[in-house]
Amino acid sequence: MVELLAQTGLNAIYAAAYMSLVAVGLVLVFGVLGVINFAHGELFMIGAYVVVAVFADFQMPYVLAAAAALVFVGAVGVLMERAMFAPLRENPLGGLVASIGFLLICQALVSVQFGVRMEHVPPVTQEVIVISEKVRLPVHRLTVILASIALLSSLWIFLRKSKFGWALRASSQDREAASLQGISISRISIIAMFIGGALAGIAGALTAPLISVNPHMGHSVIVAAFIVIIVGGVGSLEGAVVASIAYAFVHTVITTFWDGVIADIVGLALMLAVLIVKPTGLFGTADRA
Amino acid sequence: MRSFPGRAGVWLGFLALLLLLPHALSYSQQEILVFLTINILLVVSYRLLTLTGEWSLGHAVIMGVGAYASALYTKELGIFVPASMILGACTAALVALVLSYPLFRMKGFYFLIGSFAAGEIIRLLWKRFREPFGGPKGLKRIDPMPDFDIAVWRFDFFEPVSYYYFAAAVVGFSLWLMRRIERSPVGLTFHAVHWQDKLAEASGVNVRAYRTLAFVIASGFAGLSGALLAHYIGAVNPNMFDLELMVFILTWTIIGGTATIYGPVIGCIALTIINEIVLREIGLEQMRPFVYGLLLIVSVLFLPKGLESLVQKGLARVARAKRGEES
Repeated sequence: MVELLAQTGLNAIYAAAYMSLVAVGLVLVFGVLGVINFAHGELFMIGAYVVVAVFADFQMPYVLAAAAALVFVGAVGVLMERAMFAPLRENPLGGLVASIGFLLICQALVSVQFGVRMEHVPPVTQEVIVISEKVRLPVHRLTVILASIALLSSLWIFLRKSKFGWALRASSQDREAASLQGISISRISIIAMFIGGALAGIAGALTAPLISVNPHMGHSVIVAAFIVIIVGGVGSLEGAVVASIAYAFVHTVITTFWDGVIADIVGLALMLAVLIVKPTGLFGTADRA
Repeated sequence: MRSFPGRAGVWLGFLALLLLLPHALSYSQQEILVFLTINILLVVSYRLLTLTGEWSLGHAVIMGVGAYASALYTKELGIFVPASMILGACTAALVALVLSYPLFRMKGFYFLIGSFAAGEIIRLLWKRFREPFGGPKGLKRIDPMPDFDIAVWRFDFFEPVSYYYFAAAVVGFSLWLMRRIERSPVGLTFHAVHWQDKLAEASGVNVRAYRTLAFVIASGFAGLSGALLAHYIGAVNPNMFDLELMVFILTWTIIGGTATIYGPVIGCIALTIINEIVLREIGLEQMRPFVYGLLLIVSVLFLPKGLESLVQKGLARVARAKRGEES
């Protein structure tokens, strides 16, 4: 029993690691642009397919594939900002609808290029850290956890210490006041979309060898990300991380001891409950909707 | 001074066109026509919901509630099929009423996400519970509409033409009802709730009650469209009512426009034609999501008031030309 709990805990930490990357990006984009990016799950999916193309098909080193995913998906994010969100700046619902359109385009293009069937990504490493007979941690999962911690810490330092970080946080608190201070909203939006996209892309790239990669994999990711950002408070980066950890534990425990669909239902019910009791989320302060 | 065909004449001609239309089509096109008719009811009901200013992401699932309920009533309780459809619609409205208590504590983006969560929970319940919902495979062998004769026409409801006539009659009546509702004081209050909710509230309008009412009525009609679908294809499963259908509803509604009742209808017809005729002809059905996505973005960016705004401009031009002739 203790061993099962320990194993479940390790699985939950791994799930929390990549969920935080996705959720933090989504929150960051919402904070700065005021748009809910429904295609965020598809950015995750594209990240995974970059690994399929670069690592599995072209046999390049995995690290290179992950870096390519980070840059490429970040660039896709910038494209979304320039082509859709910037012209629709005064129309948040329009931005959301456009992102749904973008989601469909991504799925169709990936389906045509790679086929709708599941892609197999060969494992990067077969090594497993054996803690005890029933508690094992594959090295790749440890990599995901460590990479996620490293990325989120550097993002945190960037937001706190750099000039761009200050400007970015200022515009997520009050866009008009920030632009009156001489902050270029369109420049900040591009940076936010790049970071948001890059985080989703790297999350997809990191997990690609461990999960089933298919054109519709973004759906479950975006649902989980919504649950996390609602529970954590829309607009709160720290809240998103805390909520990712909490949600990953609840979901993993229920999946292990009961079943996966029940875990999804519990997650959604939890989100509804938070919405009913405190619509701005448990850690939320900003209310932009 | 009334122009020659007159209003009644135009409607009669339109009716004749609707009656003759299926006979000009191939069998598979007739089937598409049935789905189109059902989808028209779905989008128009969705527009009724958006009148009060809230956009739901649970409408596809609400349609499914009507489909599942009507199917289960015939399967488990042996209720006569047309009656079960009405009961299915009532069930969808009832579910919406229950959901409205938590959901209308939220507004805007939170309502959007909340309605999505509520719908997804219902859909997962269908998936999880084999009894009575049939699990991931759903319900099969749902009773069809019983055959009957009217004068010389024998209604065999496995024939798409017969089912089209039946569905068109139901949908036509529902659209007329929704139009009456919108033109009534209640419907005008829906508009007030959307555009002037503070003012409406200050004038003693219970804003939340009207939002709930619009949500419940719209859900009832969506449930009816689901019931029509269930007894036509004879099977339902949870994946029929997933986010993909919801995206299609949004696409039809947004491309058509929501200011008039015919806006979403135009959107639905236009996209069905593009999808079923153009894409199928050139063999690019796989690109359907791509085309839908692109049209959605283009329409939000360049035609934010939808196709209906083009129609309105056209009508205005015709009216101006007419006035010019007369003077």
